Amino acid sequence: MPPSSAPQAVAQAAINTTIGKPHPVAIAFFLSFVLLTLGITYWAAKKTKTTSEFYAAGRSISGFQNGLALAGDFMSAASFLGIAGLVATGGYNGLIYSVGYLVGWPIVMFLIAEPLRNLGKYTFADVVAHRLQVRPIRTMAAIGSIVTVLIYLIAQMVGAGNLIKLMFGIDYWVALVVVGALMIAYVLFGGMLATTWVQIIKAVLLLGGATVLVLMVMNRFGWSYNNLFAAVAASSGGTGAKLLQPDITKAVATSPYDVVSLAISLMFGTAGLPHILMRFYTVPDAREARKSVFYATGFIGYFYILTFTIGYGAAALVATKYLASEKDGGFTSNAAAVLLAELLGGPPFMGFLSAVAFATILAVVAGLTLAGASALSHDIYVGVIRRGEPSEKDEVRVARGATVALGVLAVLFGLAFKSVNVAFMVGLAFAVAASANFPALLLSVMWKKCTTNGAVAAMVTGLFLSVVLIVLSPTVWVDVFQAGVDKAQISPAPFPWKSPALISVPASFIVGIIVSLMKPEPEAAAMFDAEKLRTYAGIGAE
Amino acid sequence: MGDLHTKSDILNDPEFIELVRQKNSISTTLTVIMLGVYFGFVLLLAFGRDILAARAGAATLGIPLGIGVIVIAWILTGVYVRWANARYDAMIAQFKAKFNE
Repeated sequence: MPPSSAPQAVAQAAINTTIGKPHPVAIAFFLSFVLLTLGITYWAAKKTKTTSEFYAAGRSISGFQNGLALAGDFMSAASFLGIAGLVATGGYNGLIYSVGYLVGWPIVMFLIAEPLRNLGKYTFADVVAHRLQVRPIRTMAAIGSIVTVLIYLIAQMVGAGNLIKLMFGIDYWVALVVVGALMIAYVLFGGMLATTWVQIIKAVLLLGGATVLVLMVMNRFGWSYNNLFAAVAASSGGTGAKLLQPDITKAVATSPYDVVSLAISLMFGTAGLPHILMRFYTVPDAREARKSVFYATGFIGYFYILTFTIGYGAAALVATKYLASEKDGGFTSNAAAVLLAELLGGPPFMGFLSAVAFATILAVVAGLTLAGASALSHDIYVGVIRRGEPSEKDEVRVARGATVALGVLAVLFGLAFKSVNVAFMVGLAFAVAASANFPALLLSVMWKKCTTNGAVAAMVTGLFLSVVLIVLSPTVWVDVFQAGVDKAQISPAPFPWKSPALISVPASFIVGIIVSLMKPEPEAAAMFDAEKLRTYAGIGAE
Repeated sequence: MGDLHTKSDILNDPEFIELVRQKNSISTTLTVIMLGVYFGFVLLLAFGRDILAARAGAATLGIPLGIGVIVIAWILTGVYVRWANARYDAMIAQFKAKFNE
């Protein structure tokens, strides 16, 4: 297909969208998904009695299954619809996210996955606390986990409410209650086993749906990326050409250093997400853990190449002016993928994809809730308050209580933070995970001289700096605190970048190292050597 | 582990030391490659706009490079799994057999 004005003519059709009027196909697919997953939860509930079953699916998941489940946990609706939208409206803005979200996985594999599996039991705090003093470490690691999980959960809930409202036309609060009730049901009754299968089903649906959409796009462009890019360049009266230029706009990063800062946050954030780290305990051993990262990286990389193609497909076929701004009668850029699906596959295919997006949100929030509940019950209740005393039964009971509490909290937060910017919240979660969780985890696993004080100092520094710098950044200081203030009177943000990671991640490492060196902890260092058999050869692993 | 060997015997065993050395060395090497590839791309994105703006077909060079980073990341995980499944696991098995429980 020649790069002509033809895509323009097609784009006009997108105005007559049925988006927001739920198609029977969407409802049928969504109901089938809910029935199937509740059926799985019923089956899993019978196998979920002990702590190992509740938190880790009895370590019965294979490497391949866990690879799909990791991908399911990671590929949120925010990354599917969000990145497609970023590419459709900002080209390279989306590219940096596609690449950055993926490259944390090899780091997880080379440095963290196997020691994590060998040394820990249910949470990443297990590993950090393994040879250090339990109470301070668990307290701090649990705070880092819960802060990360809550921020990410708010992002997903707000995204869910808005998305479901956009696609199904139902009220924001109804959407939140439905999502909250279903995720509590999965986790409360089915524990990790049900959550894992929900992730697997969702991952297959999402990968399948995105693949079909990309096939439709490529079919439209004669199976040539060159034709696609040529059509992008010619779209929107020729202004589409700037989508192909390597420019990161101010919406994503304010300066070249901010681009690097964002890149650090994306890469190391992955390696500090509690719901991702927790998945390594669901497999029987380190060998399966490493295999699962290989599969996950393949699925997720493939997925980001698909979303990227979908984004440019939308740029070429759905004129960007319809995506630019809700105020101008257009849709948010989040609708790019869905509008493209309608254009190429008609309302039934859009319905299917909407249902997949809904399922995606459900699966991700279930994984997050389980990770948050584990931090509360396993780290705080058992590790800190009861000092390892309680029985299995007691621990599972508390974990279930924490699940309900977190689920309800997520719905309430979703209602309270209705207008928060979802991309910003996801960015914040990654920044906190990269700054508070990842450095302490890496130091404790890799560095013999790491001490209790050092690890705690690293976590406190990372958490404090990432949160404070984001509050002082343009995203909060200008866009939130001074929303509606006249442009001329805006006071500039004290911290000029949108991402704090270029400061907060190195600071966390440096403080952790200095504090460790100031006061050695000989017992911890001795145990580092003594436990090498377990770290490296898995001897004595749970 | 059996009673015949003390833990320090096992930890000081040349085979075990070699196992740890090889694992650390391959992990470090692959990590450095990944960081180099990724931050090379990011630095170009931040400071080398003109290089990435070079034409590549109807697109610009940055796009195939970005996709290339994703593909390389996946290949590197494949390299590690291949090594670990073939060599590392065999070394662990051999080592366990030597200090047979």
